[in-house]
Amino acid sequence: MGPVTLALFVGFGLLIGILFGFFGMGGSFLVTPALLVMGYPSRVAVGSGLAFVFGTSVIGALRHRDHGQVDYKLAAIMTVAMTVGIEAGKRVVDSLHAAGTADLVISVTYVGLLAAVGLVTLRDARSAGESSGVDLSERVQALEIPPMIAFRGDVRVSGTLVAGLGLVVGVLSGFLGVGGGFLLMPAMMYGLGVPAAIAVGTDILQITLSGAFGAFVYAKDGLVALPVVATLLLGSALGARIGAGATSLVDDDEIKGYFAAMLLAGSLAVATKRIGTAYDVEILTTASIALVFGATVLVSGAVVLAAVCRLRDGHADAWCRLVTS
Amino acid sequence: MIDVASLPATAQALLLVGAVLAESIILYVGYGAITAAVGADVRRALRGE
Repeated sequence: MGPVTLALFVGFGLLIGILFGFFGMGGSFLVTPALLVMGYPSRVAVGSGLAFVFGTSVIGALRHRDHGQVDYKLAAIMTVAMTVGIEAGKRVVDSLHAAGTADLVISVTYVGLLAAVGLVTLRDARSAGESSGVDLSERVQALEIPPMIAFRGDVRVSGTLVAGLGLVVGVLSGFLGVGGGFLLMPAMMYGLGVPAAIAVGTDILQITLSGAFGAFVYAKDGLVALPVVATLLLGSALGARIGAGATSLVDDDEIKGYFAAMLLAGSLAVATKRIGTAYDVEILTTASIALVFGATVLVSGAVVLAAVCRLRDGHADAWCRLVTS
Repeated sequence: MIDVASLPATAQALLLVGAVLAESIILYVGYGAITAAVGADVRRALRGE
């Protein structure tokens, strides 16, 4: 690995670390396409992506724990329920694969889910907490189905419903073949009413456990490029600290706004790539990659700028007006 | 010296996951020490003090 490649990996790791520490998502979603672009075989890209997500999430989880933003009870219930759900989701994929429609159905569902969650989050961020999402979590909390469990952030909700939600998120994760961060965080925020920062911290702990298992499975087949993972981690370890620290400075509604931007960019990128592959249009595939990397640079830059502006209390500054409410 | 390549695949995979975990913890502690040493100065500089 030459010095330029090394610097590129460390720099890219830094950006991903910022997003991961801030949102609790975006690891394999960004690393796997980057490794594919650099010519790594697809299974090595996926395996290395999972190992990288595991390492970054360890750092993110430790950092969020320091900020008191992890709910262990919630993470434990979600992990068990999601593990069961993922297995069920994989079976759905197997049956679709047998019918020959797996690729199309998964792509359309992925694009639809990213866009739908992105739009709901964006609407909620813009209406400053007065949307129907808050009403939903209040209704869920009002359902007295035993056992009722108290979570961090003054949230008291039925453990049965939490497990049910984890099961649904797990089925979708297994079906789409993704870690589930982009689904779990909004599910906890809108479904259960968990504050955004605690939803991110708990989500990252859950990703640590699933990332470790995923990395182990791929490593058994020799499908993890350790030098790549180690180099990316050099940057992401610092980025995850910055991102997790920024969640304490930036408002919940701003977090939701950036999260929505990432999801919508992701949705557009997946749709563009799918159309590009289906009709063999090279420029659409290139545009999809540019969209993913452009969104990474822009959103991570906006997160850092918003945090710095909060520190400076510099809302009057022209740059700060772009990123703070 | 243990020849890692001669170990069973499961043991090699566990070693790899362990290596990633060890690097992550070392980086967390290392960057944590740097943050503790210069973090306050950086925050002050960012606030323009």
